[in-house]
Amino acid sequence: MIKFAIPLVIAVVLFLFLASGLGRDSREIPSPLIGKPAPEFTLPALAEPQRTVALSDFAGQVFAFNIWGSWCVACRDEHEVLLRIRRDNQIPLIGLNWKDTEAEATRWLRTLGDPYVVTAFDPVGDVAIDWGVYGAPETFLVSADGMILHKHIGPLTDDIWRDEFLARVAQ
Amino acid sequence: MIKRLPLIYVVLWALGSGQVCMAIDSESLQDPVLQTRYTHIIAELRCLVCQNQSIQDSDAQLAKDLRRQVRKLLREGKSDNEILDFMVARYGDFVRYRPPLKSSTLVLWLGPVLIAILGVFMLIGTLRRHLGGADEVE
Repeated sequence: MIKFAIPLVIAVVLFLFLASGLGRDSREIPSPLIGKPAPEFTLPALAEPQRTVALSDFAGQVFAFNIWGSWCVACRDEHEVLLRIRRDNQIPLIGLNWKDTEAEATRWLRTLGDPYVVTAFDPVGDVAIDWGVYGAPETFLVSADGMILHKHIGPLTDDIWRDEFLARVAQ
Repeated sequence: MIKRLPLIYVVLWALGSGQVCMAIDSESLQDPVLQTRYTHIIAELRCLVCQNQSIQDSDAQLAKDLRRQVRKLLREGKSDNEILDFMVARYGDFVRYRPPLKSSTLVLWLGPVLIAILGVFMLIGTLRRHLGGADEVE
C-alpha cells in the first residue's frame, strides 16, 4: 500500500506546484514599485522643449502614467481605450513618450488623437528605467499622495481599466 | 591523433568567436578595472524583454539602456552591490540571474537539492532490492 502512496503523494505535490505556475504569464514581471513612492522625474514636454513636466506637478491628484512610443504596435491597440478615458474625464492620463522621436510622436498624436493631459518626452530612456519600464505599453496608477497603486503591463482594455484602475480609485 | 583534430578546431573556433564578440563591443570603459567589473555586472543582469539573455548578450534597446545605466553608475563610483540593488529596486529580483535566498525563492534554491537527495534514496532502495533479490536467487 505504502509503495503506491509515496509516488502518489509526490505526484500530487508536483501537480499542485506546477499547476500554480500554469496561469502565470512569464512575460509579466511584478513590479517592486507597487506601494512605493512614484520615482521623481523632470522632463521636457513633448514638442514643447521650453516647458517641463515633473512628478511634483501632479501632487495631490490621482493620475495614470502611460508609457508609449510611436514604434509600439500594442500602443495602437489601446489608443481607443485611452481616448475614451480622456473623453469620459475619469482619471487624468499623463504620457511618457519613450525612446521616440519628436516628429514621429507628434504625428502619432495628431493622427490618432491626443488622450494625454501632457506628455513627457524621454528619448534617452532614463526616466523609464527609474520606473522599471521594460516594454510599452505600461500604465501606472499613482495616488494623490504620490504612491504607485498599480501597474498594468501590455495594452489596456475597457475591462482592465474598470477593474484594475477605476476600482482602486473608488476604494 | 588525426581523429581528434576536428574537435580541437571546434573548440578553438568556439573560443575564438567569443573573443570576436567581446572585441566588437564598442561600449567599453577606459579604466580596465571598471571594465572588468562592468562585464561581470552586465552578465549578472537579465534582459527583461528577452528573458533568456543577460543584458551583456542582448541587442535589445532596453539592454543597451541598462548597460549605459550600469556604466554611468560605475563612473559615479557605485559599488557592484549598489548597482545590483539599483536594478532590483526598479525591476525586482527577476532582473538578477542569481536571485537572493529568501522565503519566496526557497523552492528555487532548495528544490534541486531535495530532488537530488530523494533520487539518491530511491537509487539506494532500488539497488538494495536488486542486490537482495540476486542474493536470494544465488
